[in-house]
Parts: sequence; structure tokens; C-alpha cells
Amino acid sequence: MSITTSARRSPAWAVLRTEFRLFAREPGSLFWILLFPTLLLAILAAVPPFREPDPGLGGQRVLDLYVPVSVLLAMLMAAVMAMPPVLAGYRERGILRRLRTTPVHPGSLLLAQVGLHAAAVLVSAALVLAVGVMLLGVPAPGHWPGYLVALVSALAAAFAVGALITAVAGNTRVGQTVGSIVFFPMMFTAGVWFPVQGMPGLLRDVVVATPMGAASEALNDALVGSFPDLADLAVTWGWTAVLVVASVRLFRWG
Amino acid sequence: MTTPAVQVENLRKTYGERVAVDDVSLAVADGEIFGVLGPNGAGKTTTVESVAGLRTPDAGRVRVHGVDPLADRDATTRLVGVQLQDSALQPKLTVREALELWTSFYADPLPWDGLVERLGLAGHLGQRFGRLSGGQQQRLAIALALVGRPRVLLLDELSTGLDPQARRDVWGLVREMRDAGATVLLVTHAMEEARHLCDRIAIIDAGRVQAMGTPDALIQAASAATMTSFEPSGPIDLTVLAGLGGVASVRADGDRVLVEGGEDAVLTVLAHLAARGVTPRRLRVLDGSLDAAYLDVVQRKEMA
Repeated sequence: MSITTSARRSPAWAVLRTEFRLFAREPGSLFWILLFPTLLLAILAAVPPFREPDPGLGGQRVLDLYVPVSVLLAMLMAAVMAMPPVLAGYRERGILRRLRTTPVHPGSLLLAQVGLHAAAVLVSAALVLAVGVMLLGVPAPGHWPGYLVALVSALAAAFAVGALITAVAGNTRVGQTVGSIVFFPMMFTAGVWFPVQGMPGLLRDVVVATPMGAASEALNDALVGSFPDLADLAVTWGWTAVLVVASVRLFRWG
Repeated sequence: MTTPAVQVENLRKTYGERVAVDDVSLAVADGEIFGVLGPNGAGKTTTVESVAGLRTPDAGRVRVHGVDPLADRDATTRLVGVQLQDSALQPKLTVREALELWTSFYADPLPWDGLVERLGLAGHLGQRFGRLSGGQQQRLAIALALVGRPRVLLLDELSTGLDPQARRDVWGLVREMRDAGATVLLVTHAMEEARHLCDRIAIIDAGRVQAMGTPDALIQAASAATMTSFEPSGPIDLTVLAGLGGVASVRADGDRVLVEGGEDAVLTVLAHLAARGVTPRRLRVLDGSLDAAYLDVVQRKEMA
């Protein structure tokens, strides 16, 4: 008898549980979001000059600057590279349309995907900090509330970019392509190649006006010990608002 | 008069320049199995998707047990079970997970183990959707349409990709759902399916209902309602035969002569043969096929 299997659960909860299982079946996404950022930090720690304080960086070490960079990288992997192809595929395959004919709103599927990818980013960020502080001698965030505010702001901006890609991508392939195209400049503005705090004047002025550049500044402020600069937070939330409005306008269920 | 389970009145839907549905009206009675037939691009799917609330009509009125499928999504989704023509599931979702997920959507779901048994999926519960064959995916889609015990079943191309045995099994399930009180609206290309399953049929072409009735009535109304065949004992002139009243077509197949025509064609042909002293040996009179009736409707429209 299937009495137990057909016992009633909240449909939205069942959707989340199902999407969690599916997410766990994507080894590629899991590696790039959960492990790679920490791995990157560990590899950089193996380069001796990166472990020396740099007067040009206000006494910070290059390695210290890569802590927020690694966290931002996890966000980009999740929000820009991993999530849009999944959701574009759901639309392409008619899954969202099919769900519209059931008592469950297909929005629960989108919400579950955003929630799972965001949760993975937070786990990854915790791993980066734990490994950085405990094994690599990176200072712990000096201003914890500020750090959390910066983290949530960055997360919102990254997923707003992912939402827009999802909205405009008609299928999985377009989702992947657009994701990759957007991914590289965002990696640059997040400081993956060259930390934002070490960029020369004009370049830095431009980069801190982008969502990831501003997020990088906010995270670094909190790491060093102060509440993030409100201007940087305003930039990330401004981008988030604009991108979310655009996504909602452009999104199609089927 | 009771309200119909599905009511479509003067439905119209265009996509840009293209008119998908011009003007369709139909009423499906509670407990009826109603078939929608027609050539590709006739507007069948758009009609059914409008009933499911997936399309917003440009004009017209759609009601499912009195509910507007666009205005009241909650009530509609609880009433209908839908099998869409092209909808897949997450490739890595297993059959069991899909059934458990869908079961959780409904207040009083069918126990899915019985459905799975009937649909020949019991051995595939752990298999991922992406690894199922087309026919297995189709059977799972049918299981998911039924699992919520819908009062109205909307089935688009029910038996696509199914082998003859699976098709019979699915027909049996659909009949049982009806016997349990459900109303069925199904789009089909398969005449055999329409003939075996449907209480009534609407033939849709160019976005309009061209004919509607029971399968038998549609066949009888067609110019080729009967198929008479025999082996004449002596020589006969086929062109004369073709000119007789009610005869639609005459052809020879080896020794046999095949005559298609209306209800009266049989008697006219037999009288003609008797008058010439020709005996129709091994005489067979068969009902015309729904195929012929369908082609009759669609082609007559094309010629007009």
C-alpha cells in the first residue's frame, strides 16, 4: 500500500525537496560552487609573495584580498553559471507550463532553485572563511554584522543578474552561452584576476560602480573592520532593483 | 439542463498574423469522453490549452464546471488533470520521485502504485526521466494527469509513441476514470482511438468545428458510409456502377469489386447487378471507416 507515500505534505516543500535532490545530482555545479572557491584560496596561499603584507594595499596581504574574491566567485558560479541554464531548461522542456496546470504555482520551482543555489553559496562562503581563518592565517571579519549585510547585498545582486539571464534565455544552451559571456567581465569586476582594492584610480572608479565591484569593496570593508560604505551598498541594491524589475518584465513561463 | 463539464463558446485565438482558432464552440457533458480530431495546425491543441487555462483567448468564453480557467487558477487546477503534447520533466528526476511529487500536490490523490502497475512502469520506478523511452515518458505523463483524481481530464495526443498493447491499456484506464465520474476531452490523430474511446467527436479544421456527433453518426453522414465488396459472377461495367445514385467510388482489386457509398448505395448496387443477372459472390458490406468520414469532412471543406 502506498498510504505512507501518498501522505499529504506541503506541495511547496515537496518541490523544494525534489529540487534539492536534483541539485545534489549535479557534481559539476557542486564542485564549482562549493569547493572551487576554497581551492583557489588554498592555491594562492601557496604563492609566497601573496603571504607578505603589501604597503601598497594598506598593509593587507594579497591573500587577504582573495577572501572576498573567492566568496564572490562562488556567487557568480551559482547565480550566473549554474542556475540560468537549469531554469531556462525547465522552461524549454515545458516543465514550468506543466506545473501551471497543477495546484502548485511554478514560481515555487524558481524560488526553490534560487534558494538552493543561494544556500550553496553561503555554505561555500563559510568554508572559504573557515579554511582562510583557521588554516591560512587570514584575519576573521572585523565587523560581523557588516560582513553579513555585505554578503546578503552581494548575493542579491548576483542572483538579480542570474534572474535577468534566465528571463532572456530561451533555452539551456542560450542560458549557458549568455551566462559565460556575462561571467568573465563579472569575474574581473569581482577582482578575480586583480583585486579591486589594488586597481589603479580610474579603473577602480569604474569597477566599484558595477555590482560585483561594489560588493567586493563592501565585503573588504567589513573584513578590515568597519561597516561597509553605504555608497557601495547603494550601488549593489540599485543594480539589484533595476535587474529584478527587468527580469520580471521579460520573464515568460512557457 | 445540467451545466456542461466543459463549455467553449466562440473561442478565438491568434498568434500575430496566424489565426490558430477562428471560432470554436463545443460543450462536453459531464461523464462524456469527447474527442477533438483534425489535421495539424487545425487549432486542436490551442483549444484544449485554453480549457486548461494555459492560453488567453482573444475572444470567447471558456468554462470548466462553471469555473473560468483564467480567472480562478486554484479551482481550475484542482478540477483538471492535464497531459500536454510536448512537456517533459527534469531529466534527472526518477519515476518514483515524479509520482511522489505530483501526489503531494493534490488533496485526495490516487494511490500511484496501482497506476504504475496498470501503465507498465512498475519496473522503472528508479529510472530517471531522461533515460526513459518515449513511450515510457508518455505513460508517466498519463499517470501524472490521472494521479490527482481530476473531474476533467484533458489529454493531448494520448497514445503518441505507445505500442498497441499499451494503447489498449491506456484506453482502459481512461474509460475507468470516466466510469468513476470524470469527463474526458482528448485531442487525437488516431481514428481508431476516437472510434473506440469517444462518445462524441468534433472535427476541427482551419480553426472551426466542421462536424460534430457520435462516431457512428459521422460515419453515416459521410458520402462513404458503407464499403460493399463482392466478386461478380460475370463481366460488369465499373463506370456504370460508379454512376449509380449514392455511389461515391468504385475500384477493382483483383477479382473483387469495391464500392464505397452512402447508406442506400448497397441496395442500388445489388438491384443493378440483379437486373443484369450477375450474382455478387462472397458479398461483404462493412461500415465505412471514421477515416473516410474524417477525410470526407476535411476535403469537402477544402474544395469549398
